[in-house]
Amino acid sequence: MTIGLGHYLTVAAILFTLGIFGIFLNRKNVIIILMSVELMLLAVNINLVAFSMSLGDLVGQVFAMFVLTVAAAEAAIGLAILVVYFRNRGSIEVEDINVMKG
Amino acid sequence: MIIQAIAFYLFAIVAVGSGAMVIAARNPVHSVLFLILAFFNSAGLFVLMGAEFLAMILVVVYVGAVAVLFLFVVMMLDINFVALREGFLRYLPIGMAIGLILLVELIVVFGTWVVAPSAPQMVVAPVRPDITNTEALGRILYTDYLYLFQTAGLILLVAMIGAIVLTLRQRVGVRRQSIAAQVTRRRADTLEVKDVPSGSGI
Repeated sequence: MTIGLGHYLTVAAILFTLGIFGIFLNRKNVIIILMSVELMLLAVNINLVAFSMSLGDLVGQVFAMFVLTVAAAEAAIGLAILVVYFRNRGSIEVEDINVMKG
Repeated sequence: MIIQAIAFYLFAIVAVGSGAMVIAARNPVHSVLFLILAFFNSAGLFVLMGAEFLAMILVVVYVGAVAVLFLFVVMMLDINFVALREGFLRYLPIGMAIGLILLVELIVVFGTWVVAPSAPQMVVAPVRPDITNTEALGRILYTDYLYLFQTAGLILLVAMIGAIVLTLRQRVGVRRQSIAAQVTRRRADTLEVKDVPSGSGI
């Protein structure tokens, strides 16, 4: 019953797949898509810390901290854009986001 | 050892289950609450892995800031969430296909993957048992990774300014206090003393 690297990597892989699932299933709700991105970043963090534990190297945890920083910044900016978009268009559906005709 | 295994399975199952509920819940408020649960259980996994400082940072940053921000936005925007749920089943096949492809890729990677024999020699900052995790992280974060640390602070500053600039709006037709106009007001601008003879009026 020893819990090793493989167990943690499995959990992280499942969480990452769930995040990708969320992006594809909730094609209309941008908030859920942002939350799925947070889930994926969390899975990446679990991977980094698991390898840090397995190899006995602290640098993985430092890197996980920077990923955390970027995730926080991304959430703040993403939600700010969402609020501005909702104020202008009155909707947060992904299919409506075509102002730039990209 | 058995307690560690039980704790791992508890945290892992709850984290995965709440992660699934994040994308499957009908109400976005419930999604945010399940996201918080997933973060808490991941923090438990971090503690199990011996990264206590990151676990506490995860709780503080994600639960205390990011999830509350999500909750705030979800509750502030007046959205018909039922309409947003339409097309959930329409995208299920392609989502399944992508998930299946990803799963196969992960299995292929995990099946043939081994740790490189030279990996233990390339450890940059070995974990020392005599100092705590927080102290060890601080020792390398403020010395070897100082520039990266400063860059992280800069990223947060830019994100803060960007969020403020994006959501700031100047409304027209709102009466605001203008302190400069109040201070520069002179008595002669507003007050006029008239000499009125009694009984005649102006």
